[in-house]
Amino acid sequence: MRSFLTMLGIIIGVAAVIAMLAIGQGAEYSVKQQIASLGTNVLMVFPGAQQQAGVRVAAGSAVTLTEDDAEAIATECPAVQFISPGSFAGGQVIAGNLNWNTHIQGVGPDYLEIREWPVEYGEFFTSQDVKSATKVCVLGTTVATNLFPESDPVDQTIRIRNVPFKVIGVLTSKGQNAMGQDQDDVILAPYTTVIRRLAHWQNLAYVLVSAVSLQDIATAQQQITDLLRMRHKIQPYEPDDFTIRNQTDIASAATATTQILTILLASIASVSLLVGGIGIMNIMLVSVTERTREIGIRMSIGARARDILTQFLIEALVLSLLGGSTGIVLGVIGSSAISNFAKWPTIITAFSIILSFGFSIAIGIFFGFYPARKAALLNPIDALRYE
Amino acid sequence: MIERQAMSSPSRDGELIRIDHITKVYQLGEVEVHALRGVSVHVSKGEFVAIMGASGSGKSTFMNILGCLDKPTKGTYDLEGIDVGSLSRDELAAIRNKKIGFVFQGFNLLSRTSAIENVELPMFYSTVSNKLRKSKAIEALKKVGLGDRIDHYPNQLSGGQQQRVAIARALVNDPSIILADEPTGNLDSRTSVEVMGIFQELNENGITVILVTHEPDIAQFAKRHVVFRDGKIRADKINTNPKIATEAIKDMPTIDDEGEEAA
Repeated sequence: MRSFLTMLGIIIGVAAVIAMLAIGQGAEYSVKQQIASLGTNVLMVFPGAQQQAGVRVAAGSAVTLTEDDAEAIATECPAVQFISPGSFAGGQVIAGNLNWNTHIQGVGPDYLEIREWPVEYGEFFTSQDVKSATKVCVLGTTVATNLFPESDPVDQTIRIRNVPFKVIGVLTSKGQNAMGQDQDDVILAPYTTVIRRLAHWQNLAYVLVSAVSLQDIATAQQQITDLLRMRHKIQPYEPDDFTIRNQTDIASAATATTQILTILLASIASVSLLVGGIGIMNIMLVSVTERTREIGIRMSIGARARDILTQFLIEALVLSLLGGSTGIVLGVIGSSAISNFAKWPTIITAFSIILSFGFSIAIGIFFGFYPARKAALLNPIDALRYE
Repeated sequence: MIERQAMSSPSRDGELIRIDHITKVYQLGEVEVHALRGVSVHVSKGEFVAIMGASGSGKSTFMNILGCLDKPTKGTYDLEGIDVGSLSRDELAAIRNKKIGFVFQGFNLLSRTSAIENVELPMFYSTVSNKLRKSKAIEALKKVGLGDRIDHYPNQLSGGQQQRVAIARALVNDPSIILADEPTGNLDSRTSVEVMGIFQELNENGITVILVTHEPDIAQFAKRHVVFRDGKIRADKINTNPKIATEAIKDMPTIDDEGEEAA
């Protein structure tokens, strides 16, 4: 019973570490998954030089990326498969007597190809629509459900900031993105229409580019860089006046947060491991005192200091290993419980199990050493006399 | 009883223990305690010695030094030709393991281990193989008459039986000496005589026995008496007519379950 209480600290500590690591790693994994849902071979070109990897566009950015640039990228970079020039707007959308505040994204006709995002009902707009800047749009499922709860949105008219648009399609559901935003809360329209009718600025916010294949991403990035530097007449010693971000950059930016989260959570959990170790040291000290006579007996029949040290060290190790194993099992069970009830993704990796195991061993040895040493240094005569 | 001063034997053959002018001083707070003030004694192989004296006479300190649990402050202690004073802690432990077998007044068995495991314990510290360990332990237990109780735990054994287990443990590594510190102190009179009988039998088979006691009755079973007083040896004489335990037991009444003495 006493052993169980001693081990409780380690059990809880290890279980907590496992659970925290599982949550953190689950978060990282789901972030990566959602980044991948952006489209696999995706690059984003932004106007202006940016210092950090972000998917945001700096407000009031330099006017350096034009529609002609976008077109040139499409035609003159062989490694580029599709492009979609992009611009943003936001605002109130009215359909009948329902309204909804949402984002309107101006995109190119190949946008859905790049995003690997099919239409569920209706159709997407064409390059003809882009050329003519027709007032057509495609709704994300969240917008569709909120504006047309009972009817089919296709062929209906909505007013975006009082500009009438005809709905020609509804997208399939994509769910939340890496930043926790609802990707289905969006309206897609030709970028030309958005720039001319809705947006405050006349130039592009970004160009979305997909490479021909995963292996061509680096080449595409290089080709776009060379092209734009030439078009913008940038001297060799001058920096780019645009920024290209690929999926890896976006992924590492997003996962940087989850990694910090994981480390933080696990560190906090480790504190309880430390407490568990102190508990072991405490009990071992008591045990050594209680068994002073026994130690004296062993010494009298020939146990050396090192034999006694090893004996008590092993006892501490057994306590910590048993606690650690139980904690691992509990942590795994706890993680699946969390993912079932809180719906957070959790992943148990071999790494986290090995780490926890290693921690248990280290704690057993570290916190068991002092009591074991105390035992080994006892004077046999005094020990034998101890009542 | 013939008084004879113990003298150093002319030849070293058969001499097991040679103690020359040892003193032991230790600090008790600010006070220096002179436990032994120049003790010399020689013991040969096969002797049966009783060390006697009142408490505070130094006999316990002497036993501790004899048993290599402690080192003298001055003087030499040769055990089978080895100078014990020059040994390290680990080497002393090895001697306690191989050459000396301890028997204590309080039995000092490990309470959560069985008899046979208790007896195996010294072999655990001297790297005897597992198979050999078990058979040697059983053999030792048989020698003390406990062959049928090897799996019993100490709380299932009487005082006399526990002491027998302790003796078996002391024997198991084939030591040169058995050192017993008041071995009958916790036993009733009949069991005490039984245990002395075991010591005598072991002694007859060649093992040197040195025991500490303050009871003259028990000392009568030994062949030589060494008496301590105030840190020195006051007397060292041969016991010309030692009691034989196997005969003495016949005169002792058995105590039956009701606590009444049988005729």
